[in-house]
Order: sequence, then C-alpha cells, then structure tokens
Amino acid sequence: MDGAMEQSEKSVRELKAELSKHGVFTTTFEEIYNWGRKSSVWPLTFGLACCAIEMIATTMARYDIARFGAEVFRASPRQADLIIVSGTVTKKMAPQVVRLYNQMPEPKYVIAMGACAISGGPFRDGYNVLKGIDRYIPVDVHIPGCPPRPEALLSAFMTLQKKISEQQLTGEARPRHLHADQPSEFTVPEFGEHGLEPPVNEEVWNPLKVLQ
Amino acid sequence: MSAETINAERVKAAIEAAVPGCRVKILPNGSPSGQLSLILDHEHAVAAARFLRDDPELRLDFCSDVAGVDWLDAEVTEKVKVKKVVDGEEKEVEETRKTVTPGYLEAVYHLFSMEKKHGPVVLRLQTKNRGEGARVPSLTPVWRSAEFQEREAFDLYGIVFEAHPDLRRILMWDELKDHPMRKDYVAPADEDEPAGAVAQEGGR
Repeated sequence: MDGAMEQSEKSVRELKAELSKHGVFTTTFEEIYNWGRKSSVWPLTFGLACCAIEMIATTMARYDIARFGAEVFRASPRQADLIIVSGTVTKKMAPQVVRLYNQMPEPKYVIAMGACAISGGPFRDGYNVLKGIDRYIPVDVHIPGCPPRPEALLSAFMTLQKKISEQQLTGEARPRHLHADQPSEFTVPEFGEHGLEPPVNEEVWNPLKVLQ
Repeated sequence: MSAETINAERVKAAIEAAVPGCRVKILPNGSPSGQLSLILDHEHAVAAARFLRDDPELRLDFCSDVAGVDWLDAEVTEKVKVKKVVDGEEKEVEETRKTVTPGYLEAVYHLFSMEKKHGPVVLRLQTKNRGEGARVPSLTPVWRSAEFQEREAFDLYGIVFEAHPDLRRILMWDELKDHPMRKDYVAPADEDEPAGAVAQEGGR
C-alpha cells in the first residue's frame, strides 16, 4: 500500500515538473497553504539576554530576515506565530515565557536560541537558571552557540520553514494544531519552596534516556 | 583612594572617641592591598556609621557596596605535645586536638567619600550564628544606597537586617525557603537528566 502511494506521489511530482516546462503551473491546496504560512512567520518581540542582540542583528539590513518574510516582529503574543527564546531563561522568568507561549494562537512555533535556552548553558549549575525551555514548551528548532551568529538563526529559521512546508493538513501525521484533542496551552510552572513546581512538564519534555 | 589617607587605626580611635562604649575590632588582612576592615558591635553600629558619614574629616558619604559572606563551622585540628605519665614514666606524647569555631554570617560594607575623594573603609557586621541568630542592624537609615543591597544579602544569605524599612526578597521569589548563596545550599536534585543518558531512536 505504502509502495503504491509513494509511486503515485512520485508520478504526480513528475507530472507537475513536466507541466511546468510547458508553462502550466499546478499546485495542491496543502502546498500553497503551507507556502503562505512559511513565508509570513511573524515572530514575537521577545528577548531575554545577549542572544537577543544577535536576533536583533538578524532583523537588520546586513542579515535581513525580511528576505524570509519574518521581519514583522509583533509586540503582542496574540499576533505572533513564532517565539524565539533568545537567551537565559531564569526560573523567575520561566512562568512568563510559558504564559506568553500559551497566549499565542495556533499554529505556533518555538525556536530555542543559544546554549542557555536549550540547556541552561554556562549557568546550568546555577541556582536560578532553567536547564532548557524544552522542559515546559515544545521546541521546534534548537540552535547551539553562545551566542549563535545571525547566520545560525537564519539557518534555524529556514529549518523551521522546511518543517512548516512539510506539514500535512490531513492524516494521522498532521501537526498538533490540527488535532482538536491535543493541547495548545501548557502548564505554567509555579514558584515552589525550593524550585519551580513542577520541575519539568512530563508531557512535553523528551530527555535523553539511559539505554543500558 | 590611597591607603595612607585612611588609616584603620585612626578611624577606630575616632569612632571609639565619638561613640562611647563602641567596641571596634580591626580585622588583619594579609594580602598586598593591606586593606583592613573594622568589625563593629551591634549596639553601636548605627551610631558609628552615622559618625563615619557625618564626621567632617572622614565624610564617608557613599556606601558603594554591601556584600554577604558565609562562614561555615570551621574545624581546626592541631597536634599538641603533652607530657603524660605512661607506665610510671613521664613521656611526651603527641595528641590531636580538634577545635570547632561555630559558623556565622557577615555583612560587609564598602564606604567611600565623594566629598573628600578617599576610601574605601570596610565595615563588617557579624551575626551570632547561621541559624536563628543571623541578625545584624541595618545601616539603610544611614546610607540609603544600602537598601537594595541589604535586601540582596537577606535574599541570598538569609541575613536579617533589623530596622530595615522594607526587608523582602529582591532576586528570588517570595515563596522560596532557601538562601542559595550559602555554602551548604543544595540545588533541587529532580531537575537533572539521568546520568549517563544517551540519545536513542525516536528521542532527541
């Protein structure tokens, strides 16, 4: 069955390529819908530390994220599609980051930018730094670096665009925002007596596992 | 900012002359800077601080910094030779003696004079112990700039500043019970990934 599906998809691709040679442009609803979405990803105006400076540089003329349709930084989570967690997330800030993410409308995406946002970075063993924002919200693209260069953010953004253009609108593999029963809001951690409660959101966090 | 202008002995004498009953101790400093600090007693600390600020010769009008220090219980082991009678004979025997100095917390103030362009003078206030008695008098009524820094020392070290106008945590959240800069602070253990974790298929 899968083999037959693949075969038919391949022949559709070949037919499209052949038609385009004759000046006939064909597309699918899914393709043009995803093309529109990936070409106008509006990020949230949101920065946490030095990574935010690199993020700002990425928006400026030299690196020019406008080439990818993502120059419209919105100051309200209600109008944003993407949150770039750029910098150190302190435990005191973590509930606010999750809250901002919860306030964004679906479909929404997360880029964790820099060593701090993905793991706590050099502050990992400190008493007030979250050891990675992926403990509370689902991250689409992780960027290592301290801080990552603007090119790295552009690369991450292109990775996200690729991810968006590959999303299926129907079928079991469709993304979270098209599943009515899947959450679009995640638990906001609370300030506890010794740390954040809960320390991780088990539904979101996908840590490395011990195999042996 | 020369060391000659501020002589710790002279400052000590000046305080003791101006504030009757005040006991000032000079803490020796073996480092090349030779910067000595003055340990004040709790009852007279505010009066002594006010004198340092208002004295026309010293005029230490600027408190640039308040730091906290945590001193754990210190255990010193010494070997002492003791004369003892062993088998009817007097002999010199080596004995190990342990002395435990109880720990305490300390607030350190660095003072400068903007008017006289000299400093620093270092003040230290020491608490009785690291538990219930971790209290010192607040110097915020004397130097307003100490307010937030004393709150920070309260937050991270748990030093209670008596007569502070607004003693709340400043960096950590109010619900927290710990004082994370104390040397015996242990971070919550449930935050870490399992040790020896490796990537597996399907996972990250």
